[in-house]
Amino acid sequence: MIKTRASGRTVGGLRTLSLQAPAVTLLFLWMIVPLAMTLWFSLQRYNLLMPGMGGFAGLENYEFLLTDPALWSAMGTTLLLVGWVLAITVVGGTLLAVLFQQEFMGRGIARVLAISPFFVMPTVSALVWKNMMMHPSNGVLAWLSESLGLPVIDWFSSLPLTSVIIIVAWQWLPFALLILLTAMQSLDDDQVEAARMDGAGPLAIFFYITLPHLKRAISVVIMIEMIFLMTIFAEIFVTTSGGPGLATTNLAYLIYIRALLDFDVGTASAGGVIAIILANIVAIFLVRMVAKNLEN
Amino acid sequence: MVALLIFFPIFWMIITGFKTETDAVADPTLIFSPTLESYAAVQGRADYLKFALNSVAVSFGSTLLALLIAIPSAYAMAFLPTKRTKGTLLWMLSTKMLPSVGVLVPIYLIFRDVGLLDTRTGLIIVYTLMNLPIVVWMLYTFFKDLPKDILEAGRMDGAGTLQEVWYLLLPLTLPGIASTGLLSVILSWNEAFWSLNLTTSKAAPLTAYIASFSSPEGLFWAKLSAASTMAIAPILIFGWLTQKQMVRGLTFGAVK
Repeated sequence: MIKTRASGRTVGGLRTLSLQAPAVTLLFLWMIVPLAMTLWFSLQRYNLLMPGMGGFAGLENYEFLLTDPALWSAMGTTLLLVGWVLAITVVGGTLLAVLFQQEFMGRGIARVLAISPFFVMPTVSALVWKNMMMHPSNGVLAWLSESLGLPVIDWFSSLPLTSVIIIVAWQWLPFALLILLTAMQSLDDDQVEAARMDGAGPLAIFFYITLPHLKRAISVVIMIEMIFLMTIFAEIFVTTSGGPGLATTNLAYLIYIRALLDFDVGTASAGGVIAIILANIVAIFLVRMVAKNLEN
Repeated sequence: MVALLIFFPIFWMIITGFKTETDAVADPTLIFSPTLESYAAVQGRADYLKFALNSVAVSFGSTLLALLIAIPSAYAMAFLPTKRTKGTLLWMLSTKMLPSVGVLVPIYLIFRDVGLLDTRTGLIIVYTLMNLPIVVWMLYTFFKDLPKDILEAGRMDGAGTLQEVWYLLLPLTLPGIASTGLLSVILSWNEAFWSLNLTTSKAAPLTAYIASFSSPEGLFWAKLSAASTMAIAPILIFGWLTQKQMVRGLTFGAVK
């Protein structure tokens, strides 16, 4: 450093501040303005279709929402969706990562193919699954079960939520695989070799060496998927529009229905606040975890 | 085998794009006479081009803007850290966790009132802010990996901050900046929540265009497949090329 320590620090501090200012200010506005407005609207009677009806509603919107069975059904759907997709992608991703760690012919190509679904835009993957895979008369799955002599499943009417879970899991499995595979590459080969010399079988190696090594990566996968999966929207919008009934309406979709289809800003905002609270519970854990990783 | 199974729906979509509409809805088969008529049909519709251009404008526009805002910030955090730097980084990350649905209503109303609904500018603003935390984080991790001596040597030779950034930092971290930009382009290109809710026709990007095929009258499988293939091809290739660096950005540097 050329500058003296003391002056260097103040000058540095000022410079840091001014350089950071644009990003910090913008993000702060982006966060606080809508948040404040959401909170405010959630306490108002505000329906775009009924301009005469307005005024302070107190906790009416929350009361209305919390006593509405649709909210609880949407919360249940959200949890089921997140839970199942997480289970499938984490277990599947771990197994695939172990598999792809082995040397075999064409591994590079296989790897590229396997991670591809992650880069496909959600609206495209939803449509491909809906029309070409799961279509009851012309879909590949229908054709497959027909040729095997099994009954044809009309996926979206008989198993709507399962169908959505399959589509979302297909998109996120590659994400888990990508992260876990990267983590896997830092696994110490010597350690595995030593364990093998000591007579450890592949299962023992997996449970005592690989899995503990992947612990951190797995928790990162879970946390990041959670953020995105809580607000799954496009897949539902394109395939089932939340139906039949409320079968595939998650919290994100319910708020969308209330706000942009029913124009009920008050209730939609109350729903938004509930979504934010839920996300924050998750976020607290995530931020703490990342902070811990930063320490190391 | 497993890889092929996972890839199958994409493969099937690409294949279907080369079939005629009658072949596309017939029993699944790999034997058919390939035709380019669906591609020609999609290409021939001028509005496909419009949606594609919207996608390009919005994803590259927002990426450029995000990089412009993020580079000074990441530079300051990496090379002039203060006690608050770590806190600021974590706070930025936390804004990413604010669910879009929670703020959809106010953003929609603000955009309606200032006339940003269904405009490219509106989408660029939203995408820039949406990706800003990830862009700052990724740049920060790349900048931090740079040996400090190099910049210090430059400073000794009398380089000012601007020269230092322009002649030393940017060239040296170009690969990192490039992959950060690519990740931002990929995320914007595929984003569907905001594009579906904030645009109707004028500024709608490909995500919204493809979604319009979900109505029953829009069911032309071969054309849908051809359009979809064209919509995902560039991003798929980007993704393949940057998969390694992307892990870093997606996990905020927690997994290397």
